[in-house]
Amino acid sequence: MLEALAQNLVYGILIGALYGLAAVGLSLVFGVTKFLNVSHGELLMLGGYASFWLFALWKVDPFISLPAAIIFLLVAGVVFYKLLFGRMVKLAEGDKIQNTLLVGFGLSLILQNLALQFWTADTRSITTAYSGAVFSFAGVRFPLVRVASLVIAFVLIVALQLFLRRTYTGKALRATVENWEAATLMGIDIQRVYLLSFVMGAALAGVAGALVAVGYSIEPAMGMSWTLKSLVVMVLGGLGSITGTFVGGIILGVTESATGFFLSLTYREVVGLVLFLLVLVFRPQGLFGVKEG
Amino acid sequence: MLKIENINAFYGDLQALWGISFEVNEGELVALVGPNGAGKTTTLRVISGLLKPRAGNVRLDNRDLGKEDAHKIVELGISQVLEGGKVFTAMSVLENLELGAFVGRARKVRDETIKWVYHIFPRLEERKTQRAGTLSGGERQMLAIGRALMAKPKVLLLDEPSFGLAPILVEQMFEMITEINKQGVTVLLVEQNVRAALELTNRAYVIENGRIVGQGTGDDLLSFESIRSAYLGDCNA
Repeated sequence: MLEALAQNLVYGILIGALYGLAAVGLSLVFGVTKFLNVSHGELLMLGGYASFWLFALWKVDPFISLPAAIIFLLVAGVVFYKLLFGRMVKLAEGDKIQNTLLVGFGLSLILQNLALQFWTADTRSITTAYSGAVFSFAGVRFPLVRVASLVIAFVLIVALQLFLRRTYTGKALRATVENWEAATLMGIDIQRVYLLSFVMGAALAGVAGALVAVGYSIEPAMGMSWTLKSLVVMVLGGLGSITGTFVGGIILGVTESATGFFLSLTYREVVGLVLFLLVLVFRPQGLFGVKEG
Repeated sequence: MLKIENINAFYGDLQALWGISFEVNEGELVALVGPNGAGKTTTLRVISGLLKPRAGNVRLDNRDLGKEDAHKIVELGISQVLEGGKVFTAMSVLENLELGAFVGRARKVRDETIKWVYHIFPRLEERKTQRAGTLSGGERQMLAIGRALMAKPKVLLLDEPSFGLAPILVEQMFEMITEINKQGVTVLLVEQNVRAALELTNRAYVIENGRIVGQGTGDDLLSFESIRSAYLGDCNA
């Protein structure tokens, strides 16, 4: 019983790291641009398929092809931004959120259907020679691939944090999050900051997608569920806190697997939304967010 | 140095400025005074490029700023301090100042400029590692002005620097502004605190309902009857 519980906990943490990674991307974009990009999950799906096809067609190891997935999503991010989202930058805040929501929904439908058309509705996953590798500790199993994914997610979060804290560009991003007018008056070109944050968000989704393809599985319709989870985690962690968001992802992962363990797998998917509502009602700034100081 | 010519500006369909013209010469400390809603802040927003006018020109050293984006105008030498300062509360005082020197020209001399700003506002040096959100209202205003100075502006635009400050702090704030001006920074000051502003400045313009309705030296305007009765609460005048 105890062992099974510990096993569940470990699985929860491992998937939670990917929720966190996906949510940090969504949160970064929302914080800077105030675009709620509901096609974030589809960007993640694209990252997953990029990695999958590189492996299926040319046998490129999914961990080695991660930079390729990142570059692919950076390019896709620039295209979607220039074509669609960038046009909404100058709108008033309320209109901006509404219009980007609509554009995001449209884009997610288009990407989902294109993926269906080209790649069929089949569930896919990358099976490497080491995919089954597991190491055990005190009777609890740690799948190698998923542990590696957690480490990669963690390293990326730390790198992102350093970028935001230490570099001028990172500080410009944080300044824009707080007050875009004041940031403009520092001489910061916020159009460029918006583009940068959007493509960084896309790249983070891409990495998460590639890691999902190797540790779990992907399909054209996966996007909506990932967007929802990212949204839940973003609210859970609190805006403006990268580490908070990442930890929020792990909390969601653990809560989901605990629910599956104690109640039933049926409620697994619902528990995140319950958590979402509880946080919005009782702690709207998020678990780790700070109130306006 | 700074020349504003026949500016018409709108918020949506609502016209806020009607043919505003005035100028600020190099080294001057000029005030733009008037009641709430007269168009003072709008005028500053037009100069800094946050709001593009429908008609008219803004010139800095004879260069037309009309086509330039707001962030480019900072690079060209105009820095605006927003009303209430709008410091980046989640960042430290030092990080705020560093961001002030974002433009390439200012970034190169950042460390020297920080020393200069600390010299003007010693309080900022004492608080440099503190989060800006923990500062008092007066300290935030100092930080906002210090941050704008970090860009090494030719012209500093100040929007209501006395807003929300205790009377004793208002006096100190105006002394610091005078000091900044003496150190060679041209200042355009927007104030509702008309008496204090007029006592401080070389020249002032009076703005009402989006139009310039009077101008003169600070002393002239102080003795100007309609100003005394309208803004200074001086019923005996």
